[in-house]
Amino acid sequence: MIKKEMIAMLLAGGQGSRLGVLTSKVAKPAVSFGGKYRIIDFPLSNCINSGVDTVGVLTQYQPLRLNTHIGIGIPWDLDRNIGGVTVLPPYEKSTNSEWYTGTANAIYQNIDYMDSFNPEYILILSGDHIYKMDYEVMLDFHKQNKSECTIAVMPVPMEEAKRFGIMITDENRKITDFEEKPANPRSNLASMGIYIFNWKTLKEALITMADQPGLDFGKHIIPYCHDKGCPLYAYEFNGYWKDVGTLHSYWEANMELIDIVPEFNLYEEYWKIYTKSDILPPQYFSRESEVEKSIIGEGSDIYGKVYNSVIGCGVTIGKNTVVRDSIIMNNTVIGDNCELYKSIVAENVEIKNGCRLGIGDEVENETDPHIYNSGLVCIGEKSIIPENITIGKNACVFGETEYADYQNNTLASGKTLIKAGDSV
Amino acid sequence: MRAIGIILAGGNNHRMKELSQKRAIGAMPIAGSYRAIDFALSNMSNSHIQKVAVFTQYNARSLNEHLSSSKWWDFGRKQGGLFVMTPAVTADNSFWYRGTADSIYQNLSFLKASHEPYVVIASADCVYKLDFNKVLEYHIEKKADITVVCKEMEQGFNVDRYGTIRMNEDCRIEDFEEKAVVARSNTISCGIYIIRRRLLVEMIEKCAEEDRYDFVRDILIRYKGQKRIYGYKITEYWKNIASVNDYFSANMDFLKPEVRDYFFKTYPDIYSKVDDLPPAKYNVGAKIMNSLVASGTIVNGTVEDSVIFRQTFIGNNCTIKNSIILNDVYIGDNSYIENCIVESHGTIRANSYHKGENGIEVVVEHTDRYVM
Repeated sequence: MIKKEMIAMLLAGGQGSRLGVLTSKVAKPAVSFGGKYRIIDFPLSNCINSGVDTVGVLTQYQPLRLNTHIGIGIPWDLDRNIGGVTVLPPYEKSTNSEWYTGTANAIYQNIDYMDSFNPEYILILSGDHIYKMDYEVMLDFHKQNKSECTIAVMPVPMEEAKRFGIMITDENRKITDFEEKPANPRSNLASMGIYIFNWKTLKEALITMADQPGLDFGKHIIPYCHDKGCPLYAYEFNGYWKDVGTLHSYWEANMELIDIVPEFNLYEEYWKIYTKSDILPPQYFSRESEVEKSIIGEGSDIYGKVYNSVIGCGVTIGKNTVVRDSIIMNNTVIGDNCELYKSIVAENVEIKNGCRLGIGDEVENETDPHIYNSGLVCIGEKSIIPENITIGKNACVFGETEYADYQNNTLASGKTLIKAGDSV
Repeated sequence: MRAIGIILAGGNNHRMKELSQKRAIGAMPIAGSYRAIDFALSNMSNSHIQKVAVFTQYNARSLNEHLSSSKWWDFGRKQGGLFVMTPAVTADNSFWYRGTADSIYQNLSFLKASHEPYVVIASADCVYKLDFNKVLEYHIEKKADITVVCKEMEQGFNVDRYGTIRMNEDCRIEDFEEKAVVARSNTISCGIYIIRRRLLVEMIEKCAEEDRYDFVRDILIRYKGQKRIYGYKITEYWKNIASVNDYFSANMDFLKPEVRDYFFKTYPDIYSKVDDLPPAKYNVGAKIMNSLVASGTIVNGTVEDSVIFRQTFIGNNCTIKNSIILNDVYIGDNSYIENCIVESHGTIRANSYHKGENGIEVVVEHTDRYVM
């Protein structure tokens, strides 16, 4: 008989629309992070490091990159005879076929998958946070308290608490009440979107609530369990945890990695973060290159100057080019004599010689000011920018652009230029 | 491909000096992220050879660790796969591998149990790319008994640690000398052979009967008149790394853009075991010129014309010039290293000074590591 004490269900289907063009072709969990990683590497590595060797990854939005990245789970040692990693997309049924309409609905549609492992506990994770966490310790806490649902929480500054789902607990960390984005928070313990359920409890709740449209953990399942009188506990986590939901927080989280001793340390011997790396050659620096306060992935060729930046794998940076405070993702080629300031350049982009990015005054973005802000320039994947183009701040380019797309070879601050694919 | 592969990775020699104490030459780190045997393995994998045996004997721990999983070279499969053969005591044999031919003899059952008609034999200590299918086509076209891959070296190249060959116009080998004092040819054998499996079994058995153990001396040289032995000339990059100087220069070759393009950016790729290391990190004060740096490294000092392998730490105010720093070396602040190969897992204390005055110096430091 197949039996796993705890299996993980990783929600990786969301678009993450606040990352703008970065997620126009890939799901948010597949977005690059920290040079060589993708965001989903963090929860997946946490799983295997915590001894959770069965992970269902729920995909829906743009899953191609995610599927190729996960494969059969070799990089995380999740290629197992029993268990391992399984990608779970929505599927057609004889009746009631539907997309995943909510976080809990996605789990509900995969009850058979979970049942096949006869688990005691289900760990619910989301694929869009950067953190290292031992789920085994959380499980111990769950067992000790005879909890039926444990929610990982972290203390946040009181003034920020109104942006989160807040848990109110008694002195034993038993949850007495909770509120979603309260105007006057009564506690500062914010839910991290990580839950451990007793499988029996969860299954019962999912089946009872199945007809609820957009079935969601925070909105429906947790309140249902609470109203039914299940013991709910809050597990306090005090390590580094970062939601990289917006371009600014994404940029900031990357920049934090280049501090001398970063708060989130990738260089620790234990608790490694694993990822699929396809190219292996070391990186090359030419005689004229300069590099300071940066991390750079394998196989990159640096002929220019790199300061305060996070550079992915297989990137080329041309002669006399200056890259400052920027994120350059895998396999992007930047020509000679370019200047990049506070730019986020996605994968497989070609920036031809003499381009200048992040130049000029800060002007609010005309189309999506809530996405493109903080003075960042954002270039979507596989974009091409012809020679000698200047691009301003809070601007965004996506697609194979030509001279005709620019005025006087310039894209002013705050402009959006999207040529290919779905618009954001 | 209708062939099985054999990689001879048993040997070692004094020309590697201190570097050989820790590992077989096949496990020597190359070009920042590879080990020498990766080239032979990748060539076999890229030539669609499905079944490969690695014969190893000398200090194979490093090598075994590197080959602990066969998936990196795509040999993790049900049909065929990767086999690592060390000498074993059996009912009728209790010897180490007494030579290359003997190592094949002791594993003759591997050859006999295979069904592929040909065998590709390669050594683990060469850096090159080669499609063995082309060599096999040539072998069949020439109706050869044995084909030896060879390369004509430039005038003045010191051939004294290689086998040299002379061929007629048809490329049939007329003369084969091993490590001649005064060589009569500058075409050297690359240590890569193709031979029909049944013929190999037959010749190896005969050798064993006569108490002969060396593939080159007792098969190639001994049968050069009797058997049709042909040379297959290659002109592309090929280098044997089995001496400190050659090892050093093979690594330094990767600083040349044409060599990097040939190995890293042109099809097919070279594969290696993936280490889960974070990207390299450059702090304030780092200065890198014309150098290769592998992942997991943290640089605070100056690096010039050097190859830095994985997981190295270079302290503040250090200068590394024209040197090779192998895996997992810690270099303390204010150190100066020039013309050196620093052995892996070494710890160089702060304020150290190492300079190879007459050629390349091998630095082996067993100092305890306190901080990291």
